[in-house]
Amino acid sequence: MKTFRIGGVHPDDKKLSAGKAIERLGLPRQAVFPLSQHIGAPATAVVKKGDEVKVGTKIAEAGGFVSAPIYSSVSGKVNKIDTVTDASGYRKPAIFIDVDGDEWEASIDRSEDIVKECTLLPEEIIKKISAAGVVGMGGACFPTHVKLSPPPGCKADCIIINAVECEPYLTADHRLMLEKPEQILIGVTILMKAAKVDKAYIGIESNKPDAIALMTQKAAEFPGIEVVPLKVKYPQGGEKQLIDAVIGRQVPAPPAIPINVGAIVQNVGTVYAVYEAVQKNKPLFERIVTVTGKSLKTTSNFLVRMGTPISQLIDAAGGMPEDTGKVISGGPMMGKALADIESPVCKGTSGVLLINEKEAVRREPSPCIRCAKCVSACPMGLEPYLIATLSVNGMWERLEKESVMSCIECGSCQFTCPSHRPMLDYIRLGKGKVGAMIKARNMKKQ
Amino acid sequence: MNVILLAVISLGGIGIVAAIVLFAASKKFAIYEDPRIAKVAEVLPQANCGGCGYPGCNGFAEACVKAGSLEGKLCPVGGQAVMEKVAGILGLDAADATPKVAVIRCNGTCENRAKNTVYDGARTCAIISATYGGETGCSYGCLGAGDCVAACQFGAISINPETGIAEVDEEKCTACGACVKACPKGIIELRNKGKNNRRVYVSCMNKDKGAVTRKACNVGCIGCGKCVKTCPFEAITLANNLAYIDYNKCKLCRKCVDECPQSAIIAVNFPPRKPKAEQDAPATADNATQAEA
Amino acid sequence: MANKLIVSLSPHVHGGDTVSKNMYGVLIALIPAFIVSIAVFGVGAFIVTLTSVAACIFFEWAITKYILKRDKTTILDGSAALTGVLLAFNLPSNFPIWMIIIGALVAIGVGKMTFGGLGCNVFNPALIGRVFLLISFPVAMTSWPQTGQYDLYTDAVTGATPLALMKSAMHGDATALQQLPDALSLFLGNNPGSLGEVSALALLIGLAYMLWKKIITWHIPVSIILTVFVFSGIMHLVNPETYAGPVVHILTGGLMLGAIFMATDYVTSPMSHKGMIIYGIGIGFLTVVIRLFGAYPEGMSFAILIMNAFTPLINTYFKPKKFGEAKTK
Repeated sequence: MKTFRIGGVHPDDKKLSAGKAIERLGLPRQAVFPLSQHIGAPATAVVKKGDEVKVGTKIAEAGGFVSAPIYSSVSGKVNKIDTVTDASGYRKPAIFIDVDGDEWEASIDRSEDIVKECTLLPEEIIKKISAAGVVGMGGACFPTHVKLSPPPGCKADCIIINAVECEPYLTADHRLMLEKPEQILIGVTILMKAAKVDKAYIGIESNKPDAIALMTQKAAEFPGIEVVPLKVKYPQGGEKQLIDAVIGRQVPAPPAIPINVGAIVQNVGTVYAVYEAVQKNKPLFERIVTVTGKSLKTTSNFLVRMGTPISQLIDAAGGMPEDTGKVISGGPMMGKALADIESPVCKGTSGVLLINEKEAVRREPSPCIRCAKCVSACPMGLEPYLIATLSVNGMWERLEKESVMSCIECGSCQFTCPSHRPMLDYIRLGKGKVGAMIKARNMKKQ
Repeated sequence: MNVILLAVISLGGIGIVAAIVLFAASKKFAIYEDPRIAKVAEVLPQANCGGCGYPGCNGFAEACVKAGSLEGKLCPVGGQAVMEKVAGILGLDAADATPKVAVIRCNGTCENRAKNTVYDGARTCAIISATYGGETGCSYGCLGAGDCVAACQFGAISINPETGIAEVDEEKCTACGACVKACPKGIIELRNKGKNNRRVYVSCMNKDKGAVTRKACNVGCIGCGKCVKTCPFEAITLANNLAYIDYNKCKLCRKCVDECPQSAIIAVNFPPRKPKAEQDAPATADNATQAEA
Repeated sequence: MANKLIVSLSPHVHGGDTVSKNMYGVLIALIPAFIVSIAVFGVGAFIVTLTSVAACIFFEWAITKYILKRDKTTILDGSAALTGVLLAFNLPSNFPIWMIIIGALVAIGVGKMTFGGLGCNVFNPALIGRVFLLISFPVAMTSWPQTGQYDLYTDAVTGATPLALMKSAMHGDATALQQLPDALSLFLGNNPGSLGEVSALALLIGLAYMLWKKIITWHIPVSIILTVFVFSGIMHLVNPETYAGPVVHILTGGLMLGAIFMATDYVTSPMSHKGMIIYGIGIGFLTVVIRLFGAYPEGMSFAILIMNAFTPLINTYFKPKKFGEAKTK
C-alpha cells in the first residue's frame, strides 16, 4: 500500500462519529461571518446595517486575487458590522445577520437531482468557482481558483483529491464520500476540465474501507479517475506527503509549491463545494462539521450553515460535558484551541472536538534526552529538537539554514516526544521570525 | 647530562622561533585603531545592552569617534553624564537629551481583568500572542510571561506575581529600550522621566470598542474622549478608541486623571492630594521620599 | 460552564511516551542478561548489581539535592538505575563493594551530573565509571572468576577470558587460539567475563525487545556488529594464526553489550539515521583496532567513549535527508 517516504506517527484513530449519517443542523438565531475566513486578503463587506439578505446573497466581495467572497447562509437583516473573536482568538471584523425565516436566492438549484453534464469552458469554470467563494475545506482555506490558475511556466498533469482525513476523530470527509460519491466524482471531472488534465487520483486512508470500496465502484464510470488506498499513517493527508505517496514526487523546499511538480491537490470537501457551485449555482455557505469527543453524549456529523456559533453545535450534540478542558476547531493534531465557543463556524471548520480536562493539560516538559524520536517522526526530514532549541535561543539565521520554513506544523515531533517538550510552539515562533526576515530581505532586493 | 642539555637547547630553540614568528605577525598584521575609541569605550558603562542602537559599547564608541558629532547619540544607560565625558574626550558638544524611563501601558491586573481561558504551552509572550489574544478578553494587554524580563539587562523589570503584569523599577531602568522591542504586544513605551519623576499616562493599549473593552477590563480605555476635551494643553489625542498623552505637551496638571471614568489614566510619583491644595505644589519632605522610592 | 477553557497551540494530543517508559524499557530488556549472569556467577552477580544500582540512585539523589539544589528529584525516571545496571554489567562478579561505590560516584557525579544531568552529558556515564575503574584498579577489573561458583563472592577462582586468550595469541602464544571455547558456548555464555557480557543470546533477546517497543532503532547495533564482523574477518583471512575469526570477535567480550545497550544510549549517540550508521562503523572499527593492536584486550568501552566525543560533529555533518531531496520514484 502506498505511503509517504519520510517519518510519520500513528496517533490513535478514535473515529467515534464514523457511523453517523450527516444531519442538517437547525438555523441559528444570529449568524456571524468574519470577513477573513481564508488565506489572503480579507473580503470587503458589500452590505450595510439594516440590509435584507437571503440565503446565498453575497455579503462580502473578494479583497484581491488571493481572496474569496462571502455569501450569507441565512435570510434576515444585517444587524451590524462589528468585531468577533474568531478561531484565532483575536477580534476580527465580521458581519452579523439576524435570522428571519429561510428564504433562498432564486438562482440556487435546490433540487436533489444530480447534474452530470457540464458544458462550460475551463476559464468559465474557474470564474464560477471563484465567484462562489470556494476555498480549501481541509482547514487551510486557500482560495480554490488560485490553485487552479497555475503561475506562468507551470503546468499540472494531474489532480490529487485529498480524502485521506488523517486527523484522528474527524469524519466529515468520510461521511461525505459515503453519502455523495457521485457528486464528488462529477466535481473531480469538473476540476480536471478546469485544470486541463486527464488524470485524477483520490487518496483515501485505508481505515475507511467502505469509502474506498464505494468510490472505486462508482469511479469506474468516470474515465481518468483512480482511487488510491493509502496506509494509515499521520500526516498522510499533508499536501506534500500526499503527492509523495500517490505519485512519488517530492515538492522541493519552499517557496516551491505542488504545481512545481505538476500536481494540484484539492480536498474532497472542496470538490463537493465545486460541484455545488458549478452545477447547482450554490455558493459556499454550508459545510459538514464533525462534532466529537469522548465525553460527548452523541457524536455527530452536521451539515451546518456557516456563521452558526460553535456552542450551538455542541448543544445539538448533547451539551458541553462537565469535564471539558479544551474545545478544538479541527482535529487534535493541527486544530486550533478555541478561546470562545461563541465563535462562528467558518469555511475551514472541519470539526469541533471536545477534549476532557485530564487529557487537555500538557505534561510538565523535562530536558531533552536526545532520543532522536522527533527526528525519526518528522515527515519533512528536519531535526525538530534542533530547530526548537535554536528558536528558544533566537538564532534566526541558523534556523533558516536548518530549513525551518519547510516545517508543515503537523505536530508529529511534539506528539512523539518522551520529554513532552513544547517543540512546535517554539518552531512556530521561529518560523514566524524567519518568515518575516525573508520577506524583509526580498522587499529590500526589489 | 647530554639529555638535559639537548632538552634545554631544543625547547629554547622552539621558544625563540615561536617568539620571532609572533613578533613578526604582530607587526605585519597589526591593525590601526583610533586610540580615542578605546578611551571613549572606557567611560561607557560596558553593559553592551545595545540601547544606543549600536552593537555593544565598543560599537557605540567607534560610531561616536567616526561621526565627528554627537548629534542624536545617547548612551541611555550612562545618560547625560557619560555623554559629557565622551564629548570631553572627543572635544565635541554633547547633545541635549531628556532622561527617559520604560512605562508599562497596561493596568490589567488579575483583579481588573478577569481571565476567561487558561493558556497551557510554552511560557513566552511571543508564543502566547501567536496563539491567541491572551487569557483575558483583552487582546492588547500584558500577557505576563515575561519576555521583557528576559530582555532586560539591568533587572529593572519583573512580573508582579499578584497582579500578573510587568512592573518597571525606575531606579534601575536605563531606558535602553530592549523591553520595548521584546514585547510582542507593544505595550512598553519610553516616556520622559518627568519633573521629579512625575508622569501622567494612559495605562492601556486596548483599541477595541468601548463596550468590548469595558467587558474585558475594569480599567481599560474605552475611547470616550473625555480626557481629550478636558486637557487644557491639547496633549491628548484619541485614535482607534484609545487615548494617548503626548509627554512633550503634558504639563502634569492631572485634570484628565480625575475625568477618566475608567481610571485608565495613571499619575505616578505625585504627592497625595490635600483637599483643595495647589496641584503643582512643591514636594514636601515626605513626598520627596515617595518620589524617590 | 464551570471551567475555563484551556488554550494552547496544536498538537492537542500526545503519544503518551515518557522518558521513564523508555528507561524502564531498557531495564526490562536487560533482564535476560541479568538472569544469565546470576545463573553463571551466582550470588556475586546479584551483589554487584544491587550495590551499583543503589549507589547510582543515591548519588543522583544526593547531588541533585545538595549540590545542584534542585527541587525536583530525577531518581525515579529510571536513568540512574539504568546507569547502575550497565556499570555493574561491566564489572567482574567478585568486584569489591567499595570500588563499585567509587565507580558509581564517578559515573553519576563526573559522567552525568557535572554536565547538568540527564540529557546534557557528553559521554556515557556508565562507561566513564567503568573506564575510571579499569584504569584505577586494573587487577581487580581484569580478574574474572571462573563460572559456576555460585555461593562464592570474594575468594572465587579466576580464569582467562576468551579475549585474554586472543590477546596472548597475538603475542606469539601459538596454542592460545585453540583454547578458545566454541562459538555455541560463547553464544549461550558459560565463560569468565564481566556480568552482562557473557551471553550473546540474552543480549539479543533484549535487542529484539527494544526494537519491538521502538525504544531504539536498528542502525547503531547492526552497523557496529557488521563492521566488527567484516574488519575482523579480513584480519583473520590475512593471518589466521594470530587473529581469531570474526564470529569469535562478535560473541566475546563486551561487544554485544556495548553495541546493544551502551552505544545506543540516547544522550550520547547521533540524532540522524545516517549519523548513527557512521557512529556505529566508527565504534566497530575502533574496537577491532584496539583489540588487535592496542594494549588492552577489550576496546569496546574506549571505542564508544571516543565516538561519543565525535557525536556533536556527526550531528553537524550528517543531517537527515530532507523532504524534497529524494528522487522521484
